[in-house]
Amino acid sequence: MAEYSAFSLLKNALSGNRDWKPAWRKPSPKASYDVVIIGGGGHGLSTAYYLAKEFGITNVAVLEKGYLGSGNVGRNTTAVRSNYLLPQNTRFYEHSMKMWENLSHDLNYNVMFSQRGVLNLAHTPGQLDDLARKGNAMRHLGVDAELMTPAEIGRRVPGLDMSQQARFPIYGGLMQERAGTARHDAVAWGYARGADRRGVDIIENCEVTGFLRDGDRVTGVSTSRGEIRARKVAVAVAGSTGRVMQLAGIDRMPIESHVLQAFVSESLKPFLDTVLTFGMGHFYVGQSDKGGLVYGGDLDGYNSYAQRGSLPIVEEVMSEMLALFPSLAPVRVLRSWGGVCDMSMDGSPIITTGPLPGMYLNCGWCYGGFKATPASGFCFAHTIAKDAPHEFNAPFTLDRFSRGTVIDDKGQGPTPRMH
Amino acid sequence: MLITCPYCGPRDVSEFAYQGDGNRTRPDPASTDPEAWNAYVYDRLNPAGLHNEIWQHAGGCRAHLAVVRDTLTHEISSVRFAREHGAPAHGRRKPGAKA
Repeated sequence: MAEYSAFSLLKNALSGNRDWKPAWRKPSPKASYDVVIIGGGGHGLSTAYYLAKEFGITNVAVLEKGYLGSGNVGRNTTAVRSNYLLPQNTRFYEHSMKMWENLSHDLNYNVMFSQRGVLNLAHTPGQLDDLARKGNAMRHLGVDAELMTPAEIGRRVPGLDMSQQARFPIYGGLMQERAGTARHDAVAWGYARGADRRGVDIIENCEVTGFLRDGDRVTGVSTSRGEIRARKVAVAVAGSTGRVMQLAGIDRMPIESHVLQAFVSESLKPFLDTVLTFGMGHFYVGQSDKGGLVYGGDLDGYNSYAQRGSLPIVEEVMSEMLALFPSLAPVRVLRSWGGVCDMSMDGSPIITTGPLPGMYLNCGWCYGGFKATPASGFCFAHTIAKDAPHEFNAPFTLDRFSRGTVIDDKGQGPTPRMH
Repeated sequence: MLITCPYCGPRDVSEFAYQGDGNRTRPDPASTDPEAWNAYVYDRLNPAGLHNEIWQHAGGCRAHLAVVRDTLTHEISSVRFAREHGAPAHGRRKPGAKA
């Protein structure tokens, strides 16, 4: 398959764009593989890519129940950042950020990574102190963070209500300039193409219906397209973790599935060149290159596997947007949707060997999985290839809850809907 | 989503506070079994389908409710007072029971 380049664009344009090849093959599943990855989302695809590229394991299949990009990798609000408080999280997400910075070149696929900054707003002096503490923790680990005054914020985001009459007046904010957004579909497609070119079979419309076992050991999966044996079976299914682990006989996990809604407005002229988060509720907004505002808020708040949300949250999200930008009141919503999030008990992910022999588990992304896509795939591939975690995912074990080493960035406790 | 409170009748979901998985039972407070406490605090049944869960009618009669809801369709098949549902927590009497 040809490299994408300015030359190939020009050549294909001149020949009427008739010679483009599909970005990945549509193979039938083989009887066995070295590694089978369940879940063709961002994390499953990037795991396959790094298994092939970094660890030389190419006899790999990625099984996707629907079509590529139909799950959370195509449903998130595209923000990429590494502004965490706790060092375990900061190191991992900063590694991811460094991978994002070179991802388009690495994949030979334009993921439209745009470092337009992520700005967290503070609405009380106490909240600003808290952001300063977080910024200092980040800078201590070499991550960029900058405290901004209201005057600086007003210049950077002209549409914001900076007056003292605002519903929640703005006292300042914490900016990570290297953070930003990426085109989420392109991330899925780029990883799929990169993995496929290295020999990975990407098998769509292939639902896992059970696990093949030899005693305790997992030796493969049964699927809607037949049985597939594998030396190693990796699970990267985000919101469906509960369902898939149940097939393996594991009923209880430190995970709850919740639905998170996202919204896109009609296209507007460029007026917001950063990603903004509200401090007096849960709200975040960016503007896509097409001009639509991409925004979201809190979870619906109760267990859900339905990929759609309910109206009380719609109302809350809209009111939070208007508290920041009163001028957006006449703007119409173009569409909204929901994605199922695997909320962990401490708000941090799980990337580990086990819990059964022959099985590897990647889950607990809450609503922060998109920005982790490169590092999650890299660390998971390392864990699968070497049967041991990489230093960046070593803290993200499944047994950290019983061992008392939880990584609770928000200090929220085991109430997943609050993370 | 509407939840039919046995006391107040059908009310909007925004009147209710969600308290999660209703399948957990708190171990005896005197228990020093770390596995039992770990299971109570951190492990959840997370079914795609019928889910036993606890809600409180926080914006109404404030009763705690044991609800059976389908997590795929949000259809509610049963709402009862939590006090009438299942065994009381360790150290608590069933309502109406003699001390």
